[in-house]
Amino acid sequence: MAIFLTKDSKVIVQGMTGAEGMKHTRRMLAAGADVVGGVNPRKAGTRVDIDGRTVPVFGSVREAMDVTGAGVSVLFVPPPHAKAAVTEAADARIPLAVVITEGIPVHDAVAFQAYARARATRIIGPNCPGLISPGQSNAGIIPADITKPGRIGLVSKSGTLTYQLMYELRDIGFSTCVGIGGDPVIGTTHIDALAAFEADPDTDLIVMIGEIGGDAEERAARYIADHVTKPVVGYIAGFTAPEGRTMGHAGAIVSGSSGTAAAKKAALEAAGVRVGATPTETAGLVVALLAESPGNAA
Amino acid sequence: MDLYEHQARELLQENGVLVPRAEVVDTAEAARAAAERLGGRVVIKAQVKTGGRGKAGGVKLADDPAAAEQTARRILGMDIKGHTVHRVMVAEPVEVEREMYLGFTLDRAAGRFAAIASAEGGMEIEEVAARRPEAVARIAIDPAEGVTEAKAAEIAVAGGLPRETAGTIRRLWTVLTAHDALLVEVNPLVVTRDGAIVALDGKVTLDDNARFRQPSWDDSGDRARDPLEARAEAAGLGYVKLDGQVGVIGNGAGLVMSTLDVVAGCGARPADFLDIGGGASAQVMADGLSLVLDDPEVRSVLVNVFGGITACDAVADGIVRALDTVPLTKPLVVRLDGNNAARGRAILGQLAHPLVHQADTMDGAAARAAELAA
Repeated sequence: MAIFLTKDSKVIVQGMTGAEGMKHTRRMLAAGADVVGGVNPRKAGTRVDIDGRTVPVFGSVREAMDVTGAGVSVLFVPPPHAKAAVTEAADARIPLAVVITEGIPVHDAVAFQAYARARATRIIGPNCPGLISPGQSNAGIIPADITKPGRIGLVSKSGTLTYQLMYELRDIGFSTCVGIGGDPVIGTTHIDALAAFEADPDTDLIVMIGEIGGDAEERAARYIADHVTKPVVGYIAGFTAPEGRTMGHAGAIVSGSSGTAAAKKAALEAAGVRVGATPTETAGLVVALLAESPGNAA
Repeated sequence: MDLYEHQARELLQENGVLVPRAEVVDTAEAARAAAERLGGRVVIKAQVKTGGRGKAGGVKLADDPAAAEQTARRILGMDIKGHTVHRVMVAEPVEVEREMYLGFTLDRAAGRFAAIASAEGGMEIEEVAARRPEAVARIAIDPAEGVTEAKAAEIAVAGGLPRETAGTIRRLWTVLTAHDALLVEVNPLVVTRDGAIVALDGKVTLDDNARFRQPSWDDSGDRARDPLEARAEAAGLGYVKLDGQVGVIGNGAGLVMSTLDVVAGCGARPADFLDIGGGASAQVMADGLSLVLDDPEVRSVLVNVFGGITACDAVADGIVRALDTVPLTKPLVVRLDGNNAARGRAILGQLAHPLVHQADTMDGAAARAAELAA
């Protein structure tokens, strides 16, 4: 069944006609996503031909949804315009907005997350690779050809670590992989994805990837202890990161004693999560766990 | 980007918050002259971007201009938690009746900004919060409403501050929103003998992502920065200098952080964090590799790329291009997987450079690079 995104999801792309938007719309289509439209107010009424498919461009999210019945928007809108674009998507009451854009000011993110929450629009991101339900659909920039459909659910703050784990576990396969993003203020959290995977009959085991900064992993650990019955395997990046330095992601910073990788790992282990020391070891833990419970997984 | 105290003070003052009269100087003689202008008796404060200056001896009272000169001479050049003092602030002393704490900070879990207020100021708020959590009030701010008069009054009452601080509370909120700040903190906020509300010290952190709409930001300043970091910034590379011997280059913040950890797990110390980002071109790879090779501390270099959008053949081309201009004198271990990995590996295979090693896995590559740096 997958979470948040299935083969039936109709996808539109805000910013489709830009260079990044075009490149990734092509990749999404190739991965099986049902991309039904793009949004660009200046190019409303035009069409774009991509690999033999014709995708119409609409003037607004509202119009695109009315015409196509789309339920997912993927945003490749540059940072200065991202807040307006997300606000528009939320005003149209789209159920899911996937914000790929990196470098959005935090004040904008705070404003549009609250705005979207009040309108029941789920946001994934910003500064994220999006999500993929292999064999079904792909909303974002996650490469589709490094894994296959299966029964592992994956949630991660990091794009490339998502790819690394997908590749390591390519022989087992995934229900859905969700990149929630490395910014300090994000929409969908580890906990939201854990809850959805717990409820998904097609997910047998969950891989959760975290990194330094904030306390989202600690909160997720408490959630796992109280609410998750499926096995969870964890990985945390950033043990060697020095205090006070931002390690690539805007949200990846150790401030004083808070946000350290060691604290996150300890919290997850206390909640019964097996945590790998490297991505490869983490994949190995998944394989071992699935072997222990032969009823699970393909 | 963290501001120096004197920069934070300027922002507060511009927005109507009362601050003590002060000047910023970089010599002891200038400190003496500043003390003369400020009335003789002054406080000398080290300007460094770190806390705990007082404990480290970086904040001292001087009774007269001669003492101000002597004190400034002692503080200038001092090292405070790895930060060298290049400038001091010479400030007029304030007759303090009571000290409080007031700040706005991002509550990541709630995805909102929150006011933090406490009647106990003058020390580290984390200590107060740990010792007596009930003494620190934390009030979430609705981003659509901001800090209204009623909200400011609510914050003051919750923190046990006098109602007269409400105006200052609203002005600090303006500093936060108008300047795209992630943190605005005044500690201590004081009531003076004459009943004025004055910010004795201020800390402001600006959001680097908002640079495009904050053209007035000037961070050229006197940042005593690592020259390699300055070069990386000019080249648009995500780079942090560390203190080990294995140069690390990868794509994506998470994968690079993870690579540092795996190198450390192999018993070596990473020399840097360098993220060439998503969809990196051959040129970006070449710039990154040249930079890391120029670090004299580096004894081996590890390139760990999982191609998602990034094409591994472009990464390999970048390595070849970099080696055209920078002669390779240190071993280079490369692990390529994902998008166009076979082509990338073939390009490096053809290069047949004796110092270029390829590895099949991330762990294997890290172990090899660690071994070669030993």
